[in-house]
Amino acid sequence: MRDFYLAQGYQNSMFIIKHKKIFLSVSIVLVVLSIISLFVFGLKVGIDFKGGALTEVVYTESRPAQEVLDPTLQSLGLGSVLLQPTGEMGYIVKSRDLNDAEHAVLLRTLSMDGKNVLTETSFNSIGPSVGRELTRKAIIAIVLVSLAIICFIAFAFRKVSKHVSSWRYGFIAIVTLLHDVIIPVGLFVILSQYFGAEVDTLFVVAVLTILGLSVSDTIVIFDRIRENLNHQAEDREKIVFSEVVGKSLEQSFVRSISTSLTVILVLLALFLFGPISTKYFALMLTTGMFFGAYSSLFLASPLLVLVEEWQKK
Amino acid sequence: MRKMWKKIVLALIILILATGVGFFVFKSESKLNSNFENERAFFKNHSFRLGLDLSGGSHLIYKADVSGVPSGQVSDSMDALRDVIERRINLFGVSEPVVQVQGGGLSSSFILGGENQLIVDLPGITDVEKATEMIGQTPLLEFKIEGEEEFVSTELTGRYLEKATLEFDVNTREPQVSLQFDAEGAKLFAQITKENVGKMVAIYLDGAAISTPVVREEIKDGLAFISGYFTPTEAKTLVGRLNSGALPVPITLISKQTIGATLGENAVAAGVKATVIGFLLVALFLILWYRLPGLVAVVSLCIFIIIMLAIFKLIPVTLTAAGIAGFIISIGIAVDANVLIFERVKEEMRLGKSVKDAVTDGFSRAWFSIRDSNISNVITALILFWFGTSLIKGFALTLGMGVLVSLFSAITVTRIFLSVFNFVGNGRVARFLFSSGLSK
Repeated sequence: MRDFYLAQGYQNSMFIIKHKKIFLSVSIVLVVLSIISLFVFGLKVGIDFKGGALTEVVYTESRPAQEVLDPTLQSLGLGSVLLQPTGEMGYIVKSRDLNDAEHAVLLRTLSMDGKNVLTETSFNSIGPSVGRELTRKAIIAIVLVSLAIICFIAFAFRKVSKHVSSWRYGFIAIVTLLHDVIIPVGLFVILSQYFGAEVDTLFVVAVLTILGLSVSDTIVIFDRIRENLNHQAEDREKIVFSEVVGKSLEQSFVRSISTSLTVILVLLALFLFGPISTKYFALMLTTGMFFGAYSSLFLASPLLVLVEEWQKK
Repeated sequence: MRKMWKKIVLALIILILATGVGFFVFKSESKLNSNFENERAFFKNHSFRLGLDLSGGSHLIYKADVSGVPSGQVSDSMDALRDVIERRINLFGVSEPVVQVQGGGLSSSFILGGENQLIVDLPGITDVEKATEMIGQTPLLEFKIEGEEEFVSTELTGRYLEKATLEFDVNTREPQVSLQFDAEGAKLFAQITKENVGKMVAIYLDGAAISTPVVREEIKDGLAFISGYFTPTEAKTLVGRLNSGALPVPITLISKQTIGATLGENAVAAGVKATVIGFLLVALFLILWYRLPGLVAVVSLCIFIIIMLAIFKLIPVTLTAAGIAGFIISIGIAVDANVLIFERVKEEMRLGKSVKDAVTDGFSRAWFSIRDSNISNVITALILFWFGTSLIKGFALTLGMGVLVSLFSAITVTRIFLSVFNFVGNGRVARFLFSSGLSK
């Protein structure tokens, strides 16, 4: 019974090792597509970072047509004003940052001098200096989190191991990490292009959280590989590296999927039912978690085997 | 057998404590407790504290111009600024306003680019014009002396004002505002009046001259009067504002945000819905996949949620949409440790160990993986919290606390409960209950 299980398990994970090139290709294609779309479409930066104003209104009785409002809005001297319908009865107005007087003028124009009664559901005006400051903070946070995680990886792999040297584990862990971040960013580019998503503070938080969530999975699997290598090294000198990796993968398989699945389940709930303000955030994290699990099973370990094979040549 | 009893008692104590904490969470929430109005103050004071994006309100960021302040005194004058603004807001009766100073200091100038900011949160105030008016009307009081062409500033400002009082002129019955300076201000005033006998001294309020009396003699007692320019109501307002303090440094509004109450309510409803559904999905998965241990994990997950909610109330943590997201994610991560343990237990069982031994060994061997898989999340949460704006802080705080609390709930609590089930023995039923997935 036990042997059968192991044999069967081996077949599962060996399947991954054997077809590693297919799984690697999937990752490479997705990463390349993400990078291309990033350069072709670019990311739309929201007012959090570049400054500007966002006014959201809902009309009580009837919403004036866009064509009616637009000419007046453009002539207010607020720069170019972007008018987007939202829901059945509302508009979102994007403009440069507004002072109190300009804000009042904007509201009066939207209500057509009081003819169309409206409620302002949210107003957000951010000066350019606040945006610059937030950008600076975001960059520092990204650098710090990346450094801290690299340090953590270095610490986790401080002991030298046979077959594949320590720093290679670290290097591959970082490659997987990039993979896990780049694909959700690619998705965001698409969301940005077709659904008007904009890079805001939550986008940065999402990227950083993906970094934190996805690295742990890879490290736990690598830990297992090292543990098994050390065990086997005691038994006999000659061991097949890819087999050890396969065994370790098998041991981590269910765990890896289970832990990712629970987080993906809550993230999906957040995406489908949660507040509007965190929808894109949840979707990005869901993608990040999914590819985080994918990469630790189908990318990181096969890469290790590949590196070992190249080393032998 | 006595050991067994100990464990059962321990498990019961945890359940009772958790129920108690849960009772507190329930009692202190107006939406859940229909009798909330009649509850004791302790419960009433521990409602969830909702951030502006959930409760509706205004969020304002001011930049303080500290160029005129000696570098050693910047943080003092920023604190003074905060106190003044706080007093001014309290005058208008806003409930639970939050006024914070950001920036200043060496460490943060590296991040903030040295900008000194004042952040003002006004829950419930959704009229941004009214809000800025309330704060922005700066009774900047200045004393100027005759220069060659125009009045020139002196060192004497509202900063040295000890108190202002409303009085009525004995002869004309007109309202007048009397200004009493503190010791230093009195000295300055004495000097100014001494040097300017026969000349005009202008009293400026908010940059406009409101009174230009001619100095007859040196005034040593530090008492000045402004008269002839107001109705009694105006004079009264001015006195109120002068007493609540003139701003020690000029401020400019650089960012403002208003969130309507409906939008906030919808976000809360959606957040609660997502949390409940997220929890149910995870619970369903745990029970279907991990059977008896899964059920135990669900119980510890409930305890985890109760503890977290109680912490939110007791600290209190200001909940935002991002904070709720952090909490929801922490529910997903909280069972991580359990999954690691259960998988290890299964492995130990496969090695031929009894259920009891497998559970014991599984717990001790899974620890390193648990530690490793949580470190990176704690790192991220710490950095986000340290660097964060209020939005990010909310997320980092709930996520970080979630990871830490989950270590307790998923390891300690689960272990105690599981050990109670030791009596199921080592038979086929027991092995089935402790197995997982599709295996029989």
